[in-house]
Amino acid sequence: MIARTLAGGALADLDRDDVAQNPVKISVHDLNMYYGNVRALHGITMDIKERAVTALIGPSGCGKSTFLRTLNRMNDTIPGARIEGIVTIDGVNIYAPDVNVAALRRMVGMVFQKQNPFPKSVFDNVAYGPRLHGITDRAFLEHRVEESLKKSALWDEVKDRLHTSAMQLSGGQQQRLCIARVLAVNPEIILMDEPASALDPLSTAKIEELIHQLRKHYTIVIVTHNMQQAARVSDYTAYFYMGSLVEFGETKGIFTNPEKKETEDYITGRFG
Amino acid sequence: MSHAIPLRISQLIKPRTRLEEIFLDILVRIFALIPIGALSFIMFKIIQKGAGVITWEFLTQPPLDGMTHGGIFPCIFGTFAITLLMILMALPLGVAAAIYLVEFAGPGLFFRITRAAVNNLAGVPSIVFGLFGVGFFILFVGRNLDKVLQTGLLFGQPCMLWAAATLAVLVLPVIIVSTEEALNAVPQSQRAASLALGATKWQTIWRVVLPQARGGILTGAILSISRGAGETAPILFTGCAYFLPRLPVTKLFGVIPMINPFDQFMELSYHIFIMATQSLDAVKTLPIQYGTTLVLIAMTFLLNLAAISFRVHFRKKMGTVSV
Ligand SMILES: Nc1ncnc2c1ncn2[C@@H]1O[C@H](COP(=O)(O)OP(=O)(O)OP(=O)(O)O)[C@@H](O)[C@H]1O
Ligand SMILES: [Mg+2]
Repeated sequence: MIARTLAGGALADLDRDDVAQNPVKISVHDLNMYYGNVRALHGITMDIKERAVTALIGPSGCGKSTFLRTLNRMNDTIPGARIEGIVTIDGVNIYAPDVNVAALRRMVGMVFQKQNPFPKSVFDNVAYGPRLHGITDRAFLEHRVEESLKKSALWDEVKDRLHTSAMQLSGGQQQRLCIARVLAVNPEIILMDEPASALDPLSTAKIEELIHQLRKHYTIVIVTHNMQQAARVSDYTAYFYMGSLVEFGETKGIFTNPEKKETEDYITGRFG
Repeated sequence: MSHAIPLRISQLIKPRTRLEEIFLDILVRIFALIPIGALSFIMFKIIQKGAGVITWEFLTQPPLDGMTHGGIFPCIFGTFAITLLMILMALPLGVAAAIYLVEFAGPGLFFRITRAAVNNLAGVPSIVFGLFGVGFFILFVGRNLDKVLQTGLLFGQPCMLWAAATLAVLVLPVIIVSTEEALNAVPQSQRAASLALGATKWQTIWRVVLPQARGGILTGAILSISRGAGETAPILFTGCAYFLPRLPVTKLFGVIPMINPFDQFMELSYHIFIMATQSLDAVKTLPIQYGTTLVLIAMTFLLNLAAISFRVHFRKKMGTVSV
């Protein structure tokens, strides 16, 4: 009922094939995360399905970005950050001592809130990942770049300017370039931290459409502050509050019939 | 109504304050003129007296007749050679130290000590570097190398190698500080993007951070060259020669000509110093002194100009980076 007023007809339009049958891709069990002595995540337990979009929502500072970064171990780069608990991807604990973090991050790509292309050409941006891993064959790189730009729905706009600076693209194009850059390393999971929050409505719509396309092949976890966006693009929604996971379930359910009152208050904007 | 407010404000201001302000205003302007005046005076004098001396012969001939005639080519060559050696030693060391400080060191005690050492190194008088060069490089490192390698007296004597090494220590802080600034100017989001794509820390530094810091590092390198090229005290005891009839060159494997780091050398600023203080007839050599000074200043000036234009160029480029 709430969702219909919120997202209009968008929910109904989405051709949601049944993702409930999909296997679990990421499994988080009793995850605590600390910045120094400050606890930022409290015993998070959740299973994230393969080839589905999971949205993380919640008020500012509730730990969405923190949680997202535990999934590709970007928290490792923050001094004083420490975790307890288990995160498995395809059944492998990614915090086990013998895990190759670089390989993990290749498998779990990340798109940031603020588009951050390198000050290099469009081509070199997308080729960055493959080159890191030793690929120098020009034909292969060209193929990979084209394929990635097509998947990120940017190819038509940049195919004639592959060798000009990525800095000359618009903000929305830069963000899709960042997605292409991630796709070029063949990830299985893509983490997105408010990927459209700095963009205009048209660019946002493009990113949402893109997420909808990518969802068929990738497991996507997206942080968003935009309830309509969460309702439009995601299959599952997780509501975080002050470092805890308050409610997690199918987006349809969360938005039409939330179990907890806090969740309902938040998604209807009656929060705080 | 509209003019009422300014009127009231002018009544509030005490006339004395206004006079004071005018006076202070004039005073700071005069103070600001002092460096301009000093620089203009020096430049005018040097160009006036030195320009006439500079001829093709002056730039390409060695000193003749007890250094009262001829040119200063060996000094120009020596200055180039020693600054080249200096930067070859100082740049990798300085950049490595800055990479450590910015990319690796945590905010601990060791970091603070290193930082303090760099800052204090920048404040050490250059003559102290000269003495340090003798004591450390020649007598300690050099003599011990000779002992260990059985090379007689090769390393344990003043030569271009140790003079360049001394200068390298002198300019190290310049390179470290400017490299640190350049590295810090690279947004964290750039590092994050690279790491998130599966790059290691070193790959990120090498492929993302250093290319973006290149402009700042180059600027620092040029500034340090212009700083080092004019220094006399550090090379005074460590390798420069009063007069050397030959250029400090040798042939590698008997064929490839190269700078001989084990030779002594003549150098521009030292040449000016000895011409002014110890030449047989200081008045007679005055034009040579002015000419030499002009060449040295022109070199330094050109280097500074290059550094500034680099900085402007890269700042423009960086401006489009951090949207
Ligand atoms: N690098 C850090 N060091 C210390 N504390 C941090 C750091 N990053 C985040 N925090 C703290 O952890 C908590 C969760 O932050 P986080 O960035 O994950 O929130 P968020 O849900 O993503 O918020 P927003 O919606 O504003 O992006 C906050 O209290 C924040 O202050
Ligand atoms: Mg966040």
